[in-house]
Amino acid sequence: MQTLVAYVENKPGVLNRVASLARRLAINIDSLTVGPTENEEIARMTIVAHTDEKGAHRLEASLEKLVDVRLAENVSSRALLERDLALIKVSADQQNRPHLMELIKVFRARVVDVAPESLIIEVSGAVDKIDGLLEVLRPFGVLEMARSGRISMTRGGDLLRPPIAPPESFEAVTTESK
Amino acid sequence: MKLTGAEILCESLTRLGVREIFGYPGGAILPVYDALGKSKLHHVLVRHEQGATHMADGYARASGGVGVAMATSGPGATNMVTGIATAMLDSSPVVCITGQVSSKVLGSDAFQEIDITGITMPITKHNVVVSRAEDIARTIREAFVIASSGRPGPVLVDITKDAQQTSAEFDWEASAPKLPPKRQRTNQDQAEFDRAVELLNSAKRPVILAGHGIMVSDAMRAFEQFVRAGNFPVAMTLLGIGCFPAKDPLNLGMMGMHGEAWVNNAIQEADLLIAVGMRFDDRVTGDLRTYAKTARKIHIEIDRAEINKNVKVDAALVGDAREVLEKLIPQIETRDRSPWIRHIAESKGDSAVVDIQSLPDNGHLYAAHVINDIWKETHGEAIVVTDVGQHQMWEAQYYHHNRPRTLITSGGLGTMGFALPAAIGAKFAKPDAEVWVVVGDGGFQMTMSELATIVQEKINIKIAIINNGFLGMVRQWQEFFYDKRYVATPLVAPDFAALANAFGIRGERITKRAEVVPVIRSARESAETVLIDFRVEQEDSVYPMVAAGASLSDMIRRPNSPLVETATEP
Ligand SMILES: Cc1cc2nc3c(=O)[nH]c(=O)nc-3n(C[C@H](O)[C@H](O)[C@H](O)COP(=O)(O)OP(=O)(O)OC[C@H]3O[C@@H](n4cnc5c(N)ncnc54)[C@H](O)[C@@H]3O)c2cc1C
Ligand SMILES: Cc1ncc(C[n+]2csc(CCOP(=O)(O)OP(=O)(O)O)c2C)c(N)n1
Ligand SMILES: [Mg+2]
Repeated sequence: MQTLVAYVENKPGVLNRVASLARRLAINIDSLTVGPTENEEIARMTIVAHTDEKGAHRLEASLEKLVDVRLAENVSSRALLERDLALIKVSADQQNRPHLMELIKVFRARVVDVAPESLIIEVSGAVDKIDGLLEVLRPFGVLEMARSGRISMTRGGDLLRPPIAPPESFEAVTTESK
Repeated sequence: MKLTGAEILCESLTRLGVREIFGYPGGAILPVYDALGKSKLHHVLVRHEQGATHMADGYARASGGVGVAMATSGPGATNMVTGIATAMLDSSPVVCITGQVSSKVLGSDAFQEIDITGITMPITKHNVVVSRAEDIARTIREAFVIASSGRPGPVLVDITKDAQQTSAEFDWEASAPKLPPKRQRTNQDQAEFDRAVELLNSAKRPVILAGHGIMVSDAMRAFEQFVRAGNFPVAMTLLGIGCFPAKDPLNLGMMGMHGEAWVNNAIQEADLLIAVGMRFDDRVTGDLRTYAKTARKIHIEIDRAEINKNVKVDAALVGDAREVLEKLIPQIETRDRSPWIRHIAESKGDSAVVDIQSLPDNGHLYAAHVINDIWKETHGEAIVVTDVGQHQMWEAQYYHHNRPRTLITSGGLGTMGFALPAAIGAKFAKPDAEVWVVVGDGGFQMTMSELATIVQEKINIKIAIINNGFLGMVRQWQEFFYDKRYVATPLVAPDFAALANAFGIRGERITKRAEVVPVIRSARESAETVLIDFRVEQEDSVYPMVAAGASLSDMIRRPNSPLVETATEP
């Protein structure tokens, strides 16, 4: 599994280009998240791909060839903070509710919706943690689940900022013969 | 100044230096055609939109500039797909302009509406829908920049009919390209560069693998200096042919599946491969596990995604070939390579020294004779545009190109039907050049309707049909790998000479070797297009051959036959 971060133009169709490229390179995407950045022209993506280092290099370099991608970086080998958010609806009756609440506390999750027969649990954190919670919730009966996909950021002073230099000046291009 | 979107498009194309547009009209692009009629642009009416894209591609490859193709929405646009993919795989700068239904009905399955940007996403370098007249000038300028910069490729601009019809302010200065800023990658770190220099100066058995990127980069001079500085033998890819003169003693010829044996052997024995602007295609490497095992590798390449894709390299110099070569040249220490070069020359054996023309005429007409004669009669100076198949490989083997951009051929996609339209495009790019089409009887039948375009445009090209009565290249595979079961490869064809006549073109049919040179001479004397149907040996095969997926060291050689592999200077 490899993690890439990309800064892309915040406009329609870009997600399609990124997904289409991964498909063309025969690289399966495990999760892809996209959201706005502090600069409204730019969106940030975290792409988790089923591939090896070589595949990630090819994906990274190919992504950067797309006109609408400003930067793509394979961050897999860097110190990363990774977060995934999940909403999990579990069946809960009067009897098992206390037991459930205990587990939720251990995992530092929260109950965000309570109904007579079920609870919705919100949990965020590293993928392992969510998978761990899921594991222990399964016996209670997981009715529904939604996960956000992973977002990642390199730690500390290791900055990954989008290039926002003014557009380069382009040499005149013509059809004239060389 | 207020202009309609259609007028803005024509004005922009004119300012970008476009002279010809290859296209076909229809409802969704009609406003543009109306404006075209009032502009100075010359529109070449094709007979099928695939032809338009190949013409634009041929124009681009012959000139080094951008070729422009145009079509209407729906079927016009989808007919372009093969031509766009052809340009994509060979990194050719083509801009395709398609009409699209009005923006108000986009997405409603309107008449002749098709999502052409969706369809062409994986086969274009970039594509875009324009739905406002005021965006047309900037988008077209951006399309030209994208198509021709870095690693070139096709760009499609889909313009809605209402954008063509509405008026907007035309301000050329204000519509300068505004592409998203990119991270500047300077992969030229000094350590990598030093390692490359060290490898170059310590190699005993170096071979350069010269590719298409040298032409794209316009690096021919720097490349020659580099070759001379290091005394490096040069092997070329199919698309690299012409980047270094064939007559130069350091030029070994084409590598790969149908490369000469001594070229592939040199690669297999080398201790250093210097790949310049080539992408280690599988037709070039054969089985990767056995490819150039003893060689270290340097890759000079503009596209980072190509580094270590197929072949793992020891030093990657990412950048424009000319810039990288110019930086390397002063670092090269001249070495005497005569033992290595002698060794390669020795492995040529007898095959290289016999002139095929001096062999006795045994009553057979071989494609090799035809191509060798075309080479001699044109003094190796013509632009030759080939189709795909056996004749394509024979052209690469027997026509020796000394100048860049004189062999135009579909390498990556291997698109049959490419030659005739691409040659028309090449002729528009180089009106004074002698242009020859070398095409098979199969491929010719795919796009022969463009003969009418030739007549309508009154252009002068020479068409050599290498007519073997078979889809020859596929027949060859059936002969070698399917026990001669010739399923679906014997091919009926019309009388091509008579067909040419029906179009108003002079046609000839040749069946004997003695007739070849006279017909070439008389065709060259004509100021008009001439089509020659060469009835060649039906079951001849291209040798040597590395079977798909086999090792480069494992070549199928020509069984005892009067034909030899190369010819001498004219
Ligand atoms: C029937 C058939 C048989 C074939 N047999 C053979 C064969 O025997 N031998 C053979 O060689 N080919 C053969 N081919 C062709 C083969 O499929 C490839 O098309 C060809 O090898 C590609 O050559 P290339 O890598 O030089 O060019 P391209 O595929 O065009 O690649 C060019 C490379 O140069 C890079 N580049 C572009 N611009 C620059 C720049 N400014 N600076 C630096 N780098 C740049 C690009 O990024 C790219 O990596 C055959 C094709 C067919 C249809
Ligand atoms: C559009 C397309 N369809 C099929 C092929 C597969 N193909 C490759 S070579 C070849 C035979 C070409 O026959 P012909 O044009 O007569 O040339 P020859 O090999 O006989 O010289 C075929 C069918 C192709 N390359 N392109
Ligand atoms: Mg044939």
